[in-house]
Amino acid sequence: MTASSSSVVSARKLGLTFETNDGPVHALSDVDLEVRKGDFISFIGPSGCGKTTFLRVIADLEKPTSGEISVNGMTPEEARKSRSYGYVFQAPALYPWRTIEKNIALPLEIMGHSTAERASRIERTLDLVNLTGFGKKYPWQLSGGMQQRASIARALAFDADLLLMDEPFGALDEIVRDHLNAQLLKLWARTEKTICFVTHSIPEAVYLSTRIVVMSPRPGRVTDVIESTLPAERPLEIRETPEFLEIAHRVREGLRAGHSYEE
Amino acid sequence: MTSLRHHTLPVLSILVAIVVIWYVAAVFMNAPFQHDLDRRASVTRTTTEFVGATLSQPKPVLPAPHQVASNVYENTFLRRVTSNRSLVYHSWVTLSSTAVGFTLGTLTGILIAVGIVHVKALDRSLMPWIIASQTVPILAIAPMVVVVLAAINVTGLIPKALISTYLSFFPVAVGMVKGLRSPESIQLDLMRTYNASRAQTFWKLRVPASIPFLFTSMKVAIAASLVGAIVGELPTGAVAGIGSKLLAGSYYSQTIDIWAALIAGSVLAAILVTIVGVAGKIVERSMGGRPA
Repeated sequence: MTASSSSVVSARKLGLTFETNDGPVHALSDVDLEVRKGDFISFIGPSGCGKTTFLRVIADLEKPTSGEISVNGMTPEEARKSRSYGYVFQAPALYPWRTIEKNIALPLEIMGHSTAERASRIERTLDLVNLTGFGKKYPWQLSGGMQQRASIARALAFDADLLLMDEPFGALDEIVRDHLNAQLLKLWARTEKTICFVTHSIPEAVYLSTRIVVMSPRPGRVTDVIESTLPAERPLEIRETPEFLEIAHRVREGLRAGHSYEE
Repeated sequence: MTSLRHHTLPVLSILVAIVVIWYVAAVFMNAPFQHDLDRRASVTRTTTEFVGATLSQPKPVLPAPHQVASNVYENTFLRRVTSNRSLVYHSWVTLSSTAVGFTLGTLTGILIAVGIVHVKALDRSLMPWIIASQTVPILAIAPMVVVVLAAINVTGLIPKALISTYLSFFPVAVGMVKGLRSPESIQLDLMRTYNASRAQTFWKLRVPASIPFLFTSMKVAIAASLVGAIVGELPTGAVAGIGSKLLAGSYYSQTIDIWAALIAGSVLAAILVTIVGVAGKIVERSMGGRPA
């Protein structure tokens, strides 16, 4: 197995237990997963299944308590320090005192890019998320969907190959979400990034992913990994095809097998 | 038009109410002395004349609004500003030590807040002392500060300014601790994903996030500074300043002068708070604040 060359994230027997006043909470237990270069992987499951925690472990925002994980062949901490990934949070988390372009410039300033370099990257990433012309606006002047696109642009600006997205469209209405999903697929095709995407929407997961990781809670674990058979080219109408519904059905079965519905 | 109805009108109606109550109170409070005077001089007056007399005593228990107003007008606009009787002169003296004390207090408050937010030991050790410092009555501290500093030949503006500092650092310290800690965990996580240094997180996230808190606390601090400066002028036997004007007025029972000095102090406070408020609005606007 040529894991070292094509594997972006590799987890072995990964576990994370939070010690709380009510006793230990097993957020993750025995997670084995391989994310290959160019993958679009969705993590789906009910709340408490550890999907966000897993993403945060990859990002070195949480430390695992057992098992091993490597990101780009490094420890998560080394990967974070070498700025290997861009992270998109549930909320846009734009700084309200900065314009959109200054928000996108934030990671570039921190990483020490020159002014000219910053300007060209801002222009390029604004174009990638279809926000050209909105650079001088402040966040409050933009709709929720546009704000989240700006935050994606910010995560793309420093050219990390790995994009970690934690329910980025969860707070948006379905019409905006459909539109952004289609845009995200185009963006993924253009940039050839590896994307790890957390969601609780089955159609979203099936529409976007090359692989869907189904998780279940108590303890947080992976119950199924479903390879998508959908073609790379995916118009929104693909969601009415039997093939799409078949995959969605498997995801739903996987969630049910994790007996998440009974609780 | 709407701004007149929504802002000016409510304020004006309260003002009218205050003036009416003030006049009524002045008549009642000055009446006993006026009775006394009239009895000794064997004067009989109609009620209207009597009321008029209570409102025009030279040293009334409670001066009438128009007496205070004319005193303020006279001592503000009709005197040379260098005159010892000019309210502008006295206000200027108080203002200068207020400004020095406020500046020092704000800087001290910010420094303390930065220390508390970044050094765990300071967080645990300093806060109780800061709170305790404000429970000591300023009237007790002020004379000691003045006397101790005079003993080492520091007199004039500095002791008064230090009393202002003592009162004004507190709101700034408390406000800035809150402001520097105001960034949400998601914003801090974002900085972490960039592997930002502590200094970068401080300058690019904590400082801008704290600015609204800074201006709110500076509004409280500047009013406190003014109080500190006036209190500082009371025990010093100061020859100038609103505080000395208050003290002199009470020595010589110049009640109208006392009230005029009070008005001068209030106007000064209102101007100072307004300046800080406007500065805050300007800064907020330049930082992309949403127009209210």
